[in-house]
Amino acid sequence: MPAVIEMKGIGKSFPGIRANDNINFTVEHGEIHVLLGENGAGKSTLMNILYGLYQPDEGEIYVKGKPVKISNPNIAISHGIGMVHQHFMLVQPFTVTENIILGNEPRKGTALDLDKAKKDVEEISKKYELKVDSRAIVRDISVGMQQRVEILKTLYRGAEILILDEPTAVLTPQEIEELGIILKSLVKQGKSIILITHKLKEVMSMSDRVTIVRRGKVIDTLKTKDTNIDELAEKMVGRKVSLTVEKKEANVGNPILEIKNLKVLDNRKLEAVKGVDLQVHCGEILGIAGVDGNGQNELVQAITGLSKAKSGEILVNGKDITNMTSKEVIDSGVGHIPEDRHKRGLILSYSLAENAILGSHNSKRFRKGMGLSYKKIREYCRKLIKEYDIRTPSEKVLAKSLSGGNQQKLIVAREIDRDPSLCIASQPTRGLDVGAIEFVHKKLIQLRDEGKGVLLVSLELDEVMDLSDRIAVMYDGKIVGILDAKDATEKRLGIMMAGGNVKNAE
Amino acid sequence: MESRKNELKDSIINTLKEIAYPLIAILISFIAGGILVYSFGKSPVVAYTALIKGSFGDWNKFGETLVTVTPLILTGLSIAFGFKCNLFNIGAEGQFIMGAVAAAWAGWAFTGLPAILHVTLTLLVGAAVGGLWASIIGWLKAKIGSHEVINGIMLNYIALHMSNYIVMTLLNEPQKAYSVAIADTAKLWRFSQAFSQFKHSRMNTGIIIALVVALAVYYLLNKTVRGYEIRAVGFNPDAAEYGGINVKKNIILAMLISGLFAGLAGAIMTTGVQYRVNSLFGFTGYGLDGISVALVGNNHPIGVILSAFLFGILQKGGPQMQIQGIPKEVVGIIQGIIILFVASNLVRVIVENIKQKKELKKTALKEGVE
Amino acid sequence: MEGVGILTVLSIVITASIRSATPLIFSSLGGCFSERSGVFNIALDGIMTIGAFSAVFFSFKTGSPWMGLFGAMLMGGLFGLLLAFLSIYFRANQVIVGTAINILAVSLTTFLLVEIWGRPGQTDNVEYFKAWGPFNLFTYLAFSMVIVVYYVMYKTPFGLRIRSVGEHPRAADTLGVNVYVIRYICVTISGILAGIGGASLSIGSLSLFREGMIAGKGFIALAALIFGKWNPIGAMLACLFFGFADALQTIAKDIPIPKEFLFALPYIMTMLAVSGFVGRSVGPAAGGIPYEKGEK
Repeated sequence: MPAVIEMKGIGKSFPGIRANDNINFTVEHGEIHVLLGENGAGKSTLMNILYGLYQPDEGEIYVKGKPVKISNPNIAISHGIGMVHQHFMLVQPFTVTENIILGNEPRKGTALDLDKAKKDVEEISKKYELKVDSRAIVRDISVGMQQRVEILKTLYRGAEILILDEPTAVLTPQEIEELGIILKSLVKQGKSIILITHKLKEVMSMSDRVTIVRRGKVIDTLKTKDTNIDELAEKMVGRKVSLTVEKKEANVGNPILEIKNLKVLDNRKLEAVKGVDLQVHCGEILGIAGVDGNGQNELVQAITGLSKAKSGEILVNGKDITNMTSKEVIDSGVGHIPEDRHKRGLILSYSLAENAILGSHNSKRFRKGMGLSYKKIREYCRKLIKEYDIRTPSEKVLAKSLSGGNQQKLIVAREIDRDPSLCIASQPTRGLDVGAIEFVHKKLIQLRDEGKGVLLVSLELDEVMDLSDRIAVMYDGKIVGILDAKDATEKRLGIMMAGGNVKNAE
Repeated sequence: MESRKNELKDSIINTLKEIAYPLIAILISFIAGGILVYSFGKSPVVAYTALIKGSFGDWNKFGETLVTVTPLILTGLSIAFGFKCNLFNIGAEGQFIMGAVAAAWAGWAFTGLPAILHVTLTLLVGAAVGGLWASIIGWLKAKIGSHEVINGIMLNYIALHMSNYIVMTLLNEPQKAYSVAIADTAKLWRFSQAFSQFKHSRMNTGIIIALVVALAVYYLLNKTVRGYEIRAVGFNPDAAEYGGINVKKNIILAMLISGLFAGLAGAIMTTGVQYRVNSLFGFTGYGLDGISVALVGNNHPIGVILSAFLFGILQKGGPQMQIQGIPKEVVGIIQGIIILFVASNLVRVIVENIKQKKELKKTALKEGVE
Repeated sequence: MEGVGILTVLSIVITASIRSATPLIFSSLGGCFSERSGVFNIALDGIMTIGAFSAVFFSFKTGSPWMGLFGAMLMGGLFGLLLAFLSIYFRANQVIVGTAINILAVSLTTFLLVEIWGRPGQTDNVEYFKAWGPFNLFTYLAFSMVIVVYYVMYKTPFGLRIRSVGEHPRAADTLGVNVYVIRYICVTISGILAGIGGASLSIGSLSLFREGMIAGKGFIALAALIFGKWNPIGAMLACLFFGFADALQTIAKDIPIPKEFLFALPYIMTMLAVSGFVGRSVGPAAGGIPYEKGEK
């Protein structure tokens, strides 16, 4: 039987980037094939080409042996290709049913036949054992159900080949296991599956074959059972990678951050943080593990003054900073590496120099008479560029022209150089390549070794386990457990992240 | 080593870069206007020469052109300043009207003051009222999230009717459809008082005030902490908040400052040109024209000055074109086309398209990028 | 008010309100299409001006008010298409482009007014739509359109797609819905409807075009849309509310309030509605943001 998908010699360029370069990629019928690569390696681009969202500059695509030209998603869908994107493509105010049928609506005359739609959705939901509430509004359902809706969207259109882009980013370890079971069941029903991921553990547990992509080129295609995590890591990055972080013993001092019974509302006026008690000491890294959406963001926003707390106390170095403005929090010695560098961390249309002083722009050291001294500002930025090895032609270029890794380096440089007593790092390595990740990790450990306190919030469990001295797990707005790093296993953390009780599960 | 000269050179180069796109748009629009004139059977050369003659033909005409340019610079600055904070101060027209009538009141009510004091006071009152009128919009946007365009337009109409009410009741010149006149001590000095060349024009010191304000705006926006914060809020309010900047305060402040300029424009119109306020049938047009001026000037103070001169020439040269047999409404259409071009970023989009295609070719040839 | 009973006054005010609301309803429904698909249409006012003028022009040239209506729809649609083209293809700032069209509309209509009728101010009288019963054609048409628009927006696949494009264009794109085509269609429709709205002012109530006759009604219609939470029925109710404020001017002489206050009343109420009662109302999530394929 010919390969169900064959992509030959695919090339695709964007301004300044050769995203795909002569890529050959095949998928056999009934297999789960992983596309493995770092952030920015070109895997999503390749699949977007397969799904018709991009057009390749060179190369051909064959579906079940026949050459095809996929110029838009409708054509991909007609060939039985379905895609579940990394960031869900769901219309929030619509119902589950409306989201599934959009673009393929059953009709009754000129009108929508919503009754038939509901029936159809419930039918395929049962057939593939993907439980969803057909009448629920997407805004209100859980992340797990949203993912099932996304998968149903593809099956509703008769997908035989499913592409899943980073499907496990939003799941607990247990939910990842469940996803694995769903995928195997789909394969049994005759589907073929392409998984895009950068997570080595999932490759080993979920796939039959794996293709490694680096800098737009295919490095190798292997049978999963013939390889191991270290080999994959090396092929993915191009050099030997130490998968653990080097750090000395912690030298813990007094608490620098104390949170007492903190309650914070989210932007829908519901309680997102439901009474959190937490302490971070000088000289330690406290990591908060948890699946996205359990109140971590609201917690960070309340600490850094970007959100109001409903009740409770936040103390930095003994000083009460609850409900102070972001400016007052900064002046109290708190640094913040925000989770969204484009939204919060940088003003993309400002130069690097102007971004370097964001937060300390009021300081006397940048003044000249009544106004700002751009000479001093640029000098300062040049210092940061040198010390933190930021790759840029000069400090005058706009922040938007830097790569993600260098943008993050500037943010880290700015926050750390201000010598904070407490640093809050939220998803500090999201979207970065391995080199930049190593750099950020080194800097955070350096801060901790200098006797500062670091609060690390991350969705990457490995990162939390590698860097933290103590790990707190957040579930449903509460801290459900705090473990010393040496007692923390992925299994234990995973159970707590899903709201379970570690004692019962052991 | 940074030197003073280098910084100045950088500022000039940056300024030139910023006004390049609008200049090209203007060029294209004049060509389009020329084609329009030609289609009416008239010569574009005659038309455009008439424009220049009508606006700069002699000292008096020059003076009158400056009289028109002055409010355009200020309302242009008003709107440009708003845009730097990502606010569309379409309410500049209403702020102009309120500034004008407030100045009429201050010019009439405070008698017995020495001229220097009275003029300054009158102008300040006009600017302040404009600023307050604008801060309503700013407050509504900051505290409630209400859109500044709709509120601005509504306040324009409210200002129009309010001004008419005041002119016909509180400040009314009995049995007339205009207000009382301001005292002589409140009037801006006219060039005709010293230079006979300007004998027949109303050119006054307002133009100097406007130019000084433009320079002050440049300094405020680019060299001060307040300017840094306002521009930051304009580009990315979330990042600004993260950086400790009070977003709400800056939005209100930006609108207030913006309103000061528009109010000042109205005040100068009263103290320098009209010496009173008329009952208005419709909008003065200065606020609306300010939008065009700001857009074409790319929201840069120097660009605004040049752009204000451009529109001043178009407006003042119109009647001369009429004499040559070309309907002066053509000017309005040229204006409309210019704005459409600039608004659609036509030139910028085309240039960036070309740049991208060149980048694309470059990377397709290279193998892998850092 | 001797001799004039309360009921008479009430019926006068109500019919005046409905008449005043008519042009607002058309433009508001037009705004509904555009905004629901994710494109701000701040040019409704300018397109109403174009529509009002075109209606008079076409009626003048052909002697038929029906051709006038057709002309208004045609020119309104063309300007809507222009706005669509600049907003969608050039991804220009929609508020600025809309304002540019408003400015252009005034210059253009003034220019043509002088060219064709030889004087500024207003045109001569032309054939117009006389009333059938208490209202003219436009009023009956307006209220029927409300029902049609409601049906299309909420009961048809086209309406579902429009709303998806306005909320999450990328999601719609990944399912094969053509975001660009839908936006082009919706913005053009908004132009056609705003054109009809303008026509209802020039050849519906009157029989001529006068400079400044639109008086910001396009913006009031937009405010009504926001007040009605982007829903055609809500918008209609809001338009009736603003029509009422406008209609109070008809009984102005009987109320001891300065006439300028009554002139300003519709605008004051608009501000209150948009800021006070609606506050931070949440429109279509993708409103005003140009869509770029392939953006991460």
